[in-house]
Amino acid sequence: MSFARKDLVGIADLEEHEILTLLDTAERFRELNERPIKKVPTLRGRSVIHLFLEPSTRTRTSFDIAAKRMSADTFSVGGVTSSAVKGETLLDTARNLHAMRPDVIVVRHKMAGTAALLAKALPCSVINAGDGFHEHPTQALLDALTLRQRLGGFEGRTVTIVGDIAHSRVARSNVILLTRLGARVRVCGPRTLIPPGIEALGAVACDRLRDAIEDADVVMMLRIQQERIDQGGHYFPNTREYSRLYGLNLDTMRRARPDVLVMHPGPVNRGVEISPEVADGPWSVILDQVTNGVAVRMSAMYHVMGADRAEAAVQRGADR
Amino acid sequence: MRKRLFSGARIVDPARGLDAVADLLVGEDGRVLDVGPGLRRATGSAAGGEVEVVPCSGLVLAPGFVDLHVHLREPGQEYKETIETGGRAAAAGGFTTVCCMANTQPVNDNASITRFILERAAEAGLCRVLPIGAVSAGMRGERLADIGEMRAAGAVGFSDDGLPVMDAHLMRRALEYTRTFGAPVIAHEEDRCLGCHWAMHEGEVSTALGLPGIPGAAEDVMVARDIVLAEDTGGWLHVAHVSTARSVELIRRAKERGVRVTTEATPHHFTLTHDAVRGYDTSTKMAPPLRPPGDVAAVVRGLADGTIDCIATDHAPHSRVEKEVEFELAANGVIGLETALGLTLGLVRAGHLGLSQAVALLSTRPAACFGIEGGRLAPGDRADLVLFDPDAELLVDPAQGHSRSRNTPFGGWTLPGRVRRTVLLGRDTFSGVPDAGV
Ligand SMILES: [Zn+2]
Repeated sequence: MSFARKDLVGIADLEEHEILTLLDTAERFRELNERPIKKVPTLRGRSVIHLFLEPSTRTRTSFDIAAKRMSADTFSVGGVTSSAVKGETLLDTARNLHAMRPDVIVVRHKMAGTAALLAKALPCSVINAGDGFHEHPTQALLDALTLRQRLGGFEGRTVTIVGDIAHSRVARSNVILLTRLGARVRVCGPRTLIPPGIEALGAVACDRLRDAIEDADVVMMLRIQQERIDQGGHYFPNTREYSRLYGLNLDTMRRARPDVLVMHPGPVNRGVEISPEVADGPWSVILDQVTNGVAVRMSAMYHVMGADRAEAAVQRGADR
Repeated sequence: MRKRLFSGARIVDPARGLDAVADLLVGEDGRVLDVGPGLRRATGSAAGGEVEVVPCSGLVLAPGFVDLHVHLREPGQEYKETIETGGRAAAAGGFTTVCCMANTQPVNDNASITRFILERAAEAGLCRVLPIGAVSAGMRGERLADIGEMRAAGAVGFSDDGLPVMDAHLMRRALEYTRTFGAPVIAHEEDRCLGCHWAMHEGEVSTALGLPGIPGAAEDVMVARDIVLAEDTGGWLHVAHVSTARSVELIRRAKERGVRVTTEATPHHFTLTHDAVRGYDTSTKMAPPLRPPGDVAAVVRGLADGTIDCIATDHAPHSRVEKEVEFELAANGVIGLETALGLTLGLVRAGHLGLSQAVALLSTRPAACFGIEGGRLAPGDRADLVLFDPDAELLVDPAQGHSRSRNTPFGGWTLPGRVRRTVLLGRDTFSGVPDAGV
């Protein structure tokens, strides 16, 4: 049981025991989050910079709450306030931020590999809050935490991910994480949105939604973006047809197991990839995912900052 | 200049099927006077001190390397490379002739730029630089550049390299028009409709890394199109940096039918696979991108069986400003002049090529491909020579390179072979290490 990394860049980098460590710690923080007084002094005096160079309210808020619950000081850089728009390179921005001596930089960027770039260049910890279509490790961890709570484990379970797999960092991180923990993962969507070689990451591709959700323990719906059509990628004709073929509604749900769990990383396009009845129905664990997001991000920050090792040292001292 | 006697080298001259220990005598005019065993005794007694003797035992002496595809960045981007610094890198890599692409700023699309490049190369005196003119004015793909005037000024081929000629009609006309001048249209084959904002080859690695990819088909459909156009027009198509199995096969079939098509492959494409991109090192980003193992194997086979005419580096210097950025934003290209010999000898070590074949792919065949004088060592030929130690090794240190840029994916690699001396028309342009030739 250990996590000795400086950074959390991607699930692909992690060993199974490291994933389990992050989940176990998140479990503890989840309990904390249910208490009336939620703040602990674990990261007092530490500082966290949120460098969000791609719009995000939800993930940034989740990271911010996570940091503050552990008494870290947080600072936000991004959007219009960032100098990235003024022609400064990402590395310059990051080095300047690092010069202010944060302990962690949480970075979101629209291009793949940016978290790895910063992790390599900076001595401080870097947590990837989403880099292009590459990875979104804390999302996969919070999904896994949610599933572990509901299902007990992953061995022998089937998880189906439906939607724009090609442009989804959530899908990649989940495929890698869930297969590493023993689940079977199917991906489903128009062939135009299934990236080549997804099998190499451990997933099986399915053409039709009804085949994909049959016998599945979990169906994870991904957000479908109108921009994909507008940008001329020729992925599918329109969202109406997409919804008809790949949308989850009460009708398609009849093909699924009665106890299937429905997930969505948000924000939900109601009526496109998922109907309101399903999103709000008894299968839905969408809000659990959001709750677990805070716990998982607390765990990630706790471990990359070495707070686990610091606490263990204190513990050893006390034992002596 | 005194006569120079290169004594006791293993002389590899694929043009004549020569691979033997012998001497080579260079005359005062910088041309080969004689090649054969025992010249030292003959000249020693006859000419005395009139001949400089260069001891070469243990070294391979071959025709100086000829690179049909480099980017020297001058005029316009001298912060990346100049004709002088690029020439220094070429000489250090054993090259005596390089053909430089037209994508300078301004573009080499008229005779005055062609002449400027030739003048700068003459001033530098480090290697023979043969300019390649643009196919289209400004490389904008709209109308033909001044092809005839550039040819008269010394251009050896025409290319919008860096960009494909997407307009099939313009390509057809370019192939027709260049027939008169006996020069190739050099095509950078990339169908931009099949991938516009790509960062690497589309496949399992691009999927794992989340980078936008371009399929191999983007190269193949353009190679197929241009072969058809070359076949109909009788024009000469030279496919730049072929990188896929299917393109190699298309070219093989076209050659069998008698279509006038030639091609080249780069050391990075025959050495690295798309797996090298894992880690997001921007020095693995180039166009065409690194391909899967099956494509790499097909390129190696194409070199071995002669389908691919020659090795060309596509030496493409970029500064840190263009490379120390997000992978998707990084400029395409790697430098290659100083690692070409080592990577080619890597194919020899792996048993894919014989040494003479390797030399042919770097010297004889590229020269013959473009009809450039050189690549041979018969009496009367230019004494453009490379002396290399096939048993020595080179630890690649980008900081020690002669290019102004350092964008190589081979930093830290140990490559077989070391260039000890490069000779241009009888004069040294590079002399490697103090122990050279001893
Ligand atoms: Zn090119």
